[in-house]
Amino acid sequence: MTNQSNSSAVSVRDLSFAYGERKALDSVQLEVPVGEVRGVLGPNGSGKSTLFRILATILPAPMGTVSVLGHDVAGRSPELLSSIGVVFQSAALDRKLTVRENLRYGGRMFGLRGSELDQRIDEMLERTNLGDRAATMVEELSGGLRRRAEIAKGLLHRPKLLLLDEPSTGLDPGARRDLWSFVRSIDDVTVVFTTHLMDEADAADRLTLFDEGRVVAEGTPDELRARIGGDVLEIEADDHDAVRERVRGAFDLELVAHGAVLRAETSNAPEQIGRMLTLLGDSVRSIRVGRPSLEDVFLHETGHRLDVVDPEADTGSKRSRRKKRKQKKEEN
Amino acid sequence: MTTNATSPAGATMALWHREVVRFLRDRSRVTSSLGQPIFFWLLFAGSLQNSFTPGGQAYGEYFFPGTLAMIVMFTAIFATITVIEDRKEGFLQGVLVAPVSRASIALGKVCGAATLALGHSLVFLVLAPVAGVPFSVVPALHAILALTVIAFALSGLGVALAWKMDSTAGYHGVMMLGLMPMLLLSEAFFPAKGAHPVLSYVMAANPLRYGVAWIRRALYGEQLDVPAEALAEGAAALDVPSLPLAAGATVAFAILAFWLAARAVNKRSSRDALT
Repeated sequence: MTNQSNSSAVSVRDLSFAYGERKALDSVQLEVPVGEVRGVLGPNGSGKSTLFRILATILPAPMGTVSVLGHDVAGRSPELLSSIGVVFQSAALDRKLTVRENLRYGGRMFGLRGSELDQRIDEMLERTNLGDRAATMVEELSGGLRRRAEIAKGLLHRPKLLLLDEPSTGLDPGARRDLWSFVRSIDDVTVVFTTHLMDEADAADRLTLFDEGRVVAEGTPDELRARIGGDVLEIEADDHDAVRERVRGAFDLELVAHGAVLRAETSNAPEQIGRMLTLLGDSVRSIRVGRPSLEDVFLHETGHRLDVVDPEADTGSKRSRRKKRKQKKEEN
Repeated sequence: MTTNATSPAGATMALWHREVVRFLRDRSRVTSSLGQPIFFWLLFAGSLQNSFTPGGQAYGEYFFPGTLAMIVMFTAIFATITVIEDRKEGFLQGVLVAPVSRASIALGKVCGAATLALGHSLVFLVLAPVAGVPFSVVPALHAILALTVIAFALSGLGVALAWKMDSTAGYHGVMMLGLMPMLLLSEAFFPAKGAHPVLSYVMAANPLRYGVAWIRRALYGEQLDVPAEALAEGAAALDVPSLPLAAGATVAFAILAFWLAARAVNKRSSRDALT
């Protein structure tokens, strides 16, 4: 059970999970070496939060093996639990208590006490720049400070693995930068975080792209961008069909519509764009060429955008629930 | 360097302490779950004092032990309803990922709620002389023991119920349909004697009835048992279960309630994760 792999902080094999009939994870494989900052990037409903909950041991994983720091998560051994620090998306802080009180209760839940606990709280408050907020009620803190307090609580027992679920949800760009410079400054800890934000994903050493419960790609942010092998061309136009037709004829390039934008990957953009402007003229509103972003990588791998929430996912589950209820009725 | 298993006592104490600190900070809760029963007592004692005299006691005196039980119940409910808030706000998730047993989490919550319930009932207990209830040290200490066990039982029941609820509205439903009848049929408000036979069976099976009886036994002792000759002459008497029965049944209730709470908390489910 233990020491399955000494160099892996997280090792997930053939993990599947379903909420009722709705499949959230579909034979997921994931290896995170010790010391890495790994981002799990995917749209809402892609299953990344389910994966997070399983790693945090809060959801049982009936199918597949999940080991964290050499321990099977199913065992929920005290050694395992005390070496994981979890920062949930929703605040696990008591809003009616001060920052220091929250840290104190949090630390006591992890077996810390007395002067050692006080010392660690002071140290964490200092490292997270929350020293002057120690006596402030959590409900009076801004979102960024609250998230920082949350991380301070998650790190108090000096975990070897820090799990962060959508860490910068609700944070402004400044607070997001502060947060990541802090997370990157923590030594001797492996970090696994989920996100649906591209700029946040860029903070990772390596990324795992998630879609519809499956891993669709993995690599460093640069490696992933390099997969596209060129630039990304985006054209805004009213008459999509006409533009697509003309571009196909002149450049042998297939534009694909994504919302209001026509898009293609090309290796020869600098040369093409001038000719394209002449060719299309007034029939387009804008032509844009850019280095591929992680958003483009995601689009490239899955065929759809990262920030678009799949409406099917929700209605599908509702439908299946209704169906289930109906089945139950018929059984009775 | 890293800490291993937290001692169960440490986790229980942390959750217990948090419960008390939060309660003291939230003044509105303090006043409502204590004030409402006292208001009831004033209202009922004021209107029924001489017209409804069960066992020959003025109503204010009869209803006194019942009011103590009501205070314990209301406070236990309001204290355990926080389980639902903790779950919704995410606090519970943070507790569930700690290396502590689920039973010690349940115990911390139950002890916290029971402490508040007991504290509130003590505020009212010192008003015994005002209600015309005989009051001296030993009976008072005995009553505190009884109240402690009742507080533990009702808090255990509260945690067991609240753990399974997704909304406070649902808990209010359970309160109105389950807990209020339990209180009404506990001889807190009126004696079982003379009630419809069906109701008197229900009352005999109601565990809280034995809690209320234990408080009466603690405060009055043997005084409640009127000799047979006097009864024959038409003396009024309360038919209160004996001390061993009342205390035994209440302790059993507390053990059962904690078992239910621990069982509910122990069950891992996808509800543990906020979605």
